[in-house]
Amino acid sequence: MAARRAAATPGLDLGALLADEQVRIVVCCGAGGVGKTTTAAALGLWAAEHGRKVVVLTIDPARRLAQSLGLTELDNTPRPVAGAGARGGSLDAMMLDMKRTFDEVVEQHAAPDKAAQILANPFYQAVSSSFAGTQEYMAMEKLGQLRAEADRTGRWDLVVVDTPPSRSALDFLDAPKRLGSFLDGRFIRLLTAPAKAGGRAGFKVFSVGVQVVTSTMSRLLGGQLLQDVQTFVAALDTMFGGFRERADQTYALLKAAETAFVVVATPERDALREASYFAGRLDEEGMPLAGLVVNRVQRVAAPSLSASRALAAAEQLADTGDGVTRATTEGLLRLHATLADTADRQQRQVARFTAGHPGIPLVEVPAAAQDIHDLEGLREVATALTAG
Amino acid sequence: MPAPVDRPVRDAAGDTTGRAAHDPSKVRLHVVTGKGGTGKTTVAAALALGLSRQGKRVLLVEVEGRQGISQTFDVPPLGHVETRIVHDRSGGELWAISVDAKQSLGEYLQKFYKVGRAMGLLDKFGAVDFATTIAPGLRDVLLVGKVYEAAGRRAGRGGGLAYDAVVLDAPPTGRVVRFLNVNAEVADVARVGPIHTQAESITRMVRSHTTAVHVVTLLEEMPVQETVDALADLRAADLPLGAIVVNQLRDPLLSDRDLAAVRAGRTDSLVAGVAADLAAVRVRATPTVVNGLLADAREHADRLALEREQDDILAQQGRLTVRLPLLPEGTEGGGISVLADAVAEQGLI
Repeated sequence: MAARRAAATPGLDLGALLADEQVRIVVCCGAGGVGKTTTAAALGLWAAEHGRKVVVLTIDPARRLAQSLGLTELDNTPRPVAGAGARGGSLDAMMLDMKRTFDEVVEQHAAPDKAAQILANPFYQAVSSSFAGTQEYMAMEKLGQLRAEADRTGRWDLVVVDTPPSRSALDFLDAPKRLGSFLDGRFIRLLTAPAKAGGRAGFKVFSVGVQVVTSTMSRLLGGQLLQDVQTFVAALDTMFGGFRERADQTYALLKAAETAFVVVATPERDALREASYFAGRLDEEGMPLAGLVVNRVQRVAAPSLSASRALAAAEQLADTGDGVTRATTEGLLRLHATLADTADRQQRQVARFTAGHPGIPLVEVPAAAQDIHDLEGLREVATALTAG
Repeated sequence: MPAPVDRPVRDAAGDTTGRAAHDPSKVRLHVVTGKGGTGKTTVAAALALGLSRQGKRVLLVEVEGRQGISQTFDVPPLGHVETRIVHDRSGGELWAISVDAKQSLGEYLQKFYKVGRAMGLLDKFGAVDFATTIAPGLRDVLLVGKVYEAAGRRAGRGGGLAYDAVVLDAPPTGRVVRFLNVNAEVADVARVGPIHTQAESITRMVRSHTTAVHVVTLLEEMPVQETVDALADLRAADLPLGAIVVNQLRDPLLSDRDLAAVRAGRTDSLVAGVAADLAAVRVRATPTVVNGLLADAREHADRLALEREQDDILAQQGRLTVRLPLLPEGTEGGGISVLADAVAEQGLI
């Protein structure tokens, strides 16, 4: 099976990708729970130990993985990872603080008095900490900031970014556009200046429409909320341009030749389906997909023995065998049969993906017996990742 | 005398519902959450199917538009329409819906204000997008609001409840408290008004003893850590805990004695013995095969040892723990049925 797939599917050479100095941004994306953060951290570590100056942006790392990177607090600041880096390379890591990133954007784009007004607005406070998509938008914003800082200070030459554990892997691509269309939208203009949006004389029907909309919203949300929104939008008005421009820049950055997307999956139906959507979407957007990482792949150490042969032998042994190790050998054969079955099933799932996306390079990472929570564990993952 | 529903019910030990034992006979709304990738949709589906086999009329709800339910039951994609997907011999029925925030908003406007037709205009002005994607918490109020409506709906005039039970395939552990705690979420922005009132009614329901939040996990470090964190967050938010569901457990294929042997590395006598056994059943016992079998077994033993550590952590939580087997073929081939029987046998429903 593996050999047949290899004919159609090139191996993903992540070592070459990370060593390529033209590559300045690596984005790891995929469904939740597939090991995106671990993959991002391992890629960052490998690059740092091969001479790159790397910063890894993680979104929501598991506690012990965060500790392994020396991330003890979520403070939105990249900090050096002790014990990582070789051949002139270095590794910094940070966790995204969504609210603080949003605050910084406001402070950067609005005049000081306006900024203070926005930060104190109850609607802003709710949006910046709970709007579905804020995390995605802020991850992209932070990526833009890190990339700009890299150019300005030379502190990094590679940014590796993990993406938020969204409902769909596509959410983070859509977030900037969604926020942009909200800010540009008719509804916002309606809230800020109902008269203007209502149009000039002669558009009576339109005016009636406006009234229906505002009164319905007011009845639904309560007048106070609508007022908060209006204040918020009025204050935000001054920085619309900056926001929009920033979102466009980030989007352009994602399409640039210096960026490489790595889609992460596990050899399961659902995770591969997400990966498939994502690959299609990147293609549509003209964004550079480096390839697919398949994590947690079952391997068997004695591949020459098939599952069915092992099972038959186990049954025969149960019927006829004797000797002190008989039960153990039977167990070993049954275990082997189970593992080999799992491995076959996973390969069929992966084959289904590659049939739909021929030519997308792919690398498999064997399932580790232990969870990863130190640099040594990350190095092992990195070795598997770059073996392609 | 029934306890007032708007206050957390206390058990004999004076504990809040969050710590009380799971009593499946009282629960009408089962909320299923878990870390991404642990199989929460599968567990929600099994739970709902199990309930329908008890002769109940059950609604299974998804709120993230993933089409996880239709894939699990192999039925056409679901929309914002309650659709019957299983009719059980017991007379039980399983209905399912994939809730859409926009359409919930339309229904809501129609039901309470008779202004459903305003939807077109609202949509045209971008107000629908605002309400369903941008305004903080509103989306969740609309989604949970649909669950609330279905759970409390009466069938016909003076009739009983339309559904005996509702099962919600909820957002993952990281978002579930915020999702269910709609009251807190909209309190800051909608201090008065119908949205506020709606949020309060919903909060009363999800905090009552007729609701149980079940957390699905695997016996791996990260999902277990998230489970422990989620249980603490749910308790802090006064949300009623149900069971811990440990999913995808593998049958032990080696005895403890054998596991200890392969882990201890007493391989010399083992290698010879295994090679002889293999030869006896005509398996070519090359060193690669024998060492390979033992290497995989060692890795398996390491994995099991890790799983036991995680199991101990879960046991300390003091919740009902339901154990579901790994389905080698996934949910295809009747696997969901096996899980439905398992959740019933183990007292989850």
